[in-house]
Amino acid sequence: MNTTNTRLQVMWNRLLAVVEEQGQALIRAAFSPIVRECGDISAGIFDVRGRMLAQAVTGTPGHINTMAEAVKTLCGRYSRSEMKPGDIFLTNDPWIASGHLNDFLLVMPVFHRGNVVGFSACTSHLVDLGGLGMGPEGSDIFDEGLRIPPCKLVDQGQLNALLMDIVKANSREPIANEGDIYALIACCETGAARLADMMVEFGIDTLDSLADYIIETSRRGTIEAISALPNGTWHNVLTVDGYECEIDLCAALTIADDRVLIDFSGTSGLSRKGINVPLNYATAYTVFALRCIIGPDIPNNAGSLAPFHVTGPADCILNAQPPAPVAMRHTLGQMTPDLVYGCLSQALPDAVPAEGASCMYDLPLRHAPEAVSRGGTQFALELVFSGGTGARPSLDGLSATAFPSGVWGSQIETTEAVAPVLITRRELRQDSGGPGRLRGGLGQNIEIRSSTGEDFMLFLSVERIANPAKGRHGGLAGAPGRIRLGPDGPDLPGKGEVRIGGGETLIFQTPGGGGFGPPDERSPLAVRQDVRDELVSARAAQHVYGVKP
Amino acid sequence: MHNHAGLRLAVDIGGTFTDTVLMDGQSNILATTKTPTTPDNPTVGALIGAKRVLDDANAGFPQVSGFIHGTTLATNALIERRGASVATITTDGFRDILEIGYERRYSQYDINLVKPDLLVPRARAFTIGGRMDARGDELTPLDVAGMDDLVRRIEDSDAQAVAVCLMHSYANPKHELALRDQLLRALPDLAISLSHEVSPEAREFDRLCTTIANAYIQPQMAGYLADFQSRFAAEGLSCPILMMTAGGGMTTLETAARLPIRLVESGPAGGAILAARIAAETGARAVTSFDMGGTTAKLCLIDAFRPQTARRFEIARAARFIKGSGMPVRIPVIEMIEIGAGGGSIARVDRLGRLQVGPESAGAQPGPAAFGNGGRAATVTDADVVQGLIEPGRFAEGRLTIDTAAAEQAITLEIGSALDLAPDLAARGLSEIVDESMAAAGRMHAVESGKELATRVMIAFGGNGPLHATRVARRCQVDQIVIPKDPSVGSAVGFLYAPVAFEIVRSRYATLDQPDLDGLNAFFDEMTAEALAAVRAGAPEAELSIRKQAFMRYHGQGHEIEIALPDRALGPADIEILRRDFESEYSRLFRRAVPGMAIEILNWSVEVSSPAPDLSRVPDVAQQRTARPCGHRRILCDVSGHWCDAGIYDRSALEPGDSLRGPALIAEPQTTTFVSADFQASVDGGGNLWLNRIQEDAE
Repeated sequence: MNTTNTRLQVMWNRLLAVVEEQGQALIRAAFSPIVRECGDISAGIFDVRGRMLAQAVTGTPGHINTMAEAVKTLCGRYSRSEMKPGDIFLTNDPWIASGHLNDFLLVMPVFHRGNVVGFSACTSHLVDLGGLGMGPEGSDIFDEGLRIPPCKLVDQGQLNALLMDIVKANSREPIANEGDIYALIACCETGAARLADMMVEFGIDTLDSLADYIIETSRRGTIEAISALPNGTWHNVLTVDGYECEIDLCAALTIADDRVLIDFSGTSGLSRKGINVPLNYATAYTVFALRCIIGPDIPNNAGSLAPFHVTGPADCILNAQPPAPVAMRHTLGQMTPDLVYGCLSQALPDAVPAEGASCMYDLPLRHAPEAVSRGGTQFALELVFSGGTGARPSLDGLSATAFPSGVWGSQIETTEAVAPVLITRRELRQDSGGPGRLRGGLGQNIEIRSSTGEDFMLFLSVERIANPAKGRHGGLAGAPGRIRLGPDGPDLPGKGEVRIGGGETLIFQTPGGGGFGPPDERSPLAVRQDVRDELVSARAAQHVYGVKP
Repeated sequence: MHNHAGLRLAVDIGGTFTDTVLMDGQSNILATTKTPTTPDNPTVGALIGAKRVLDDANAGFPQVSGFIHGTTLATNALIERRGASVATITTDGFRDILEIGYERRYSQYDINLVKPDLLVPRARAFTIGGRMDARGDELTPLDVAGMDDLVRRIEDSDAQAVAVCLMHSYANPKHELALRDQLLRALPDLAISLSHEVSPEAREFDRLCTTIANAYIQPQMAGYLADFQSRFAAEGLSCPILMMTAGGGMTTLETAARLPIRLVESGPAGGAILAARIAAETGARAVTSFDMGGTTAKLCLIDAFRPQTARRFEIARAARFIKGSGMPVRIPVIEMIEIGAGGGSIARVDRLGRLQVGPESAGAQPGPAAFGNGGRAATVTDADVVQGLIEPGRFAEGRLTIDTAAAEQAITLEIGSALDLAPDLAARGLSEIVDESMAAAGRMHAVESGKELATRVMIAFGGNGPLHATRVARRCQVDQIVIPKDPSVGSAVGFLYAPVAFEIVRSRYATLDQPDLDGLNAFFDEMTAEALAAVRAGAPEAELSIRKQAFMRYHGQGHEIEIALPDRALGPADIEILRRDFESEYSRLFRRAVPGMAIEILNWSVEVSSPAPDLSRVPDVAQQRTARPCGHRRILCDVSGHWCDAGIYDRSALEPGDSLRGPALIAEPQTTTFVSADFQASVDGGGNLWLNRIQEDAE
């Protein structure tokens, strides 16, 4: 290393700061609750070849590889010579952008001294794109809403007004969509302007040497981390609830000297409902999970992502092809970390957590359909109540905490202020954490009813109702999720529409994480502390852990 | 003794030093001192400092007519976990507000992260029946029958203080008040903090955390403040003592003892007030204050002479400086970003060969290697020493000898050899990284606030602010820097410019299309009366001003924008004005308003304040003179990267109108101002140092 390299490092730090700036600005201006609560956006800077140099660390890992690949694809559609300053390109094609129609990807070429030197890109989740709306009920992509192929959204600073009109005309939330698209444009422009400023400040004409430095340093660091792992191939099958029937997710993990391969061969075929996952999205969560263990300190870019390769046979449920419905691709996409951790833990028994609730436990609530004509209260809420994470090799799991997504939970008071619901309970669910030497995180007990006596609707797409989070190395499973209307109501499945009567209470119990190591190896002190804190009942302490409180 | 009627005294007790400043009635600084903090009883150190400045000015306590105190005691009690044992009481069904929080991991890739310790274990989390709705209507009465059981559980838990946070109490405090009365009847010595008094805003997790933090430090702070007052009274102080708050106003001892959470982070607030004052005196309308000390740097944006404010911050972060890893506190504060970058910040080379600086700090002990106290880590100060920017003989008034060889050795061992760089270039690289991280944090903060950094004047102070100002400024494209007088005791000086003030932010949901104006006006009257009472006690005769704001957003968004309201009852005509103001502020922040989208208002605020001390504009300087250096030093030029000669100047010898060109070092007892080669320095009529970037085309 020499002084030139410290300078390159300063510029690298600058790029990381720029993408974080872009990301924060986008989150603040966004209209979709999923963006606000989960930071479901991404922002990145790319070199002239479309290689990702820096990406904001945002709430959801679903954009990690998707954006890196999407910009390459989009850049490949247009020649550099036909790009003009002020152009911005757009697509929401799930197989190019981010796995479902709601995610809009924008890419803007950055000009410096008359030449394209790189790209600024961002993605954000828009509230509504028409079709059947966010839910698993579509039978193909055409049911799910408006699909926009790669096209020019802004031509030398002039907005494509027809395109904007089409987006608005195809949405239940036209004003919010328009606001979100303008926020995305501003985000792209900010990134492009900051990149050009930096090049002036540091007196560079191209990003080439900076790009090579970032990518090579990151690739080398990642390969060093991989080379420290044992070589071999490990298999795992994760059975999940699915919609119409249970689904097997299969993976083979191969660790070679300089790369990691994941192959989904053997995975069940497509669902008829919108829980199918395009491979770009499955790849994002898979690689995120691996990078949590292998080189987590290295920023995401083309170099750190390059050694990871994910494949799967076409039209297995983790490599859905058009026109499969994919609106709720996150439900199974977020299960892929547990799938690959089942492989990785065979190679690294002491580095990988047990299975967790994993899939986002969200509660999309809407007014009943007749409220519109009857003048009843109209509302739409997207509440999130996470389950527990799996126990870690040296720490208990986290209770009521999202993983792998970085979703935020909702606050009761602000929820009740904006929507006609009354939440009467939100507490940790005793004994739901999978027993083990390290205990899984606990799920929650949630009780919700209407505050006006009107019926309302719930659109479910959650997992771990029939297949709870398994423990690891002798640890026991966490409690499965459970959904009922009233304490005596029958158990409901994890997917589909539910109508909650005006006087009924929805009881929603989120799953616990699995335990790590045999429960009888848990320290009696820790068990007694759990009993004192009433996280574990005295009965379970005695029966499961063999500890008299 | 001189005729010193109306002396004003400020005491800022920090973790390491207690800063004391004495001012006369015309706002002239008469004396300042920095004395060691006495952790066993900080009042002892405060008395030593106060006596010293009074002696220096040949005056005594009876002549002091204004006394302002700020302390990190409240902050430290929270960080060091030295508070009371607290129990919580929440509404039945919501025992786990604290455990559940926002259900969030603060670090995306860290599967082994540990959540912050929020002070109350689940075993001391109790509940009581009774429920309000979001409008403040009672759905279920308070469960009076359950009270005996609750009292018994609190007694059994050995809690010394209780934090009560019932659902929607900001909208109707009836249950919280009734619960307090019942508890005090059974347990008269129990310290009780009620959430609707501490932080009357919606969002139960934030409100509970704030109430817990208040309850946690309340017994200790109430005792400290009573003792502080009686010891100073015994010395002859007859004026009331006012306490500095995080919001940048002063409050009475009574309010401070009841709501000590308001005292947290009051020291840095003093620095921002000083910067705002200097902005006003020099007419700088867009300013960034840059306060760099031994472990952290703090930046605050100041527009039209008002520091930017916020309603929420975090304390005691589990992972230092990572957002979301601490305990949220929701009170009105001067908004500052804090970066783990100070003189003691430690540099290292990571496994990718990247040079990283901070946030770990060598602290006061052992401190940088250059201090010769056995520190081996390479720090920011060591890099400055190796580059020749710190004069070994003059550091800290000559009380601390600088060991240049130790600094060079640490830089070589920790950085130079790993990167194959000579020590001077390794030192320069270290400075570049830390200066860039401060500049990046500043730019990010400006962007989040919808503001530009480059067009601002930087006002730099703190022990290391003047040393790093030009280097950080260049990276933010800032062209003008002001170094005030007495920059190393900036916060204490700032205290003396603060008004007596109290701000209340309270939640009340409304949509702009259907506001309940009568209800809203009554709501404001009540809040105003409460704030007025708090301020009147500290400023009995002053003419008070009232400032009202609404926190608005588009329906569906999560981020609110503050909009000023007129100080009168709101009428139907105000609705359109509010809409217009919101849309224009929104388009300033996000480039474009969103016409047709519904607008909602979540919170409302009232601030009552006394006028700040009279302002004197900095007089013009009659003529410019070129100052002559009192010596020279070899330094590594941060612009050219080559060793060169820099002039050394004594700040106390510089007079208004003096100017000089970089590279230069301007020394004063507690700090050094480094004038880079691309800056020139001049002294204005008020004694402030101005550093102006020399425009390239003027060369």
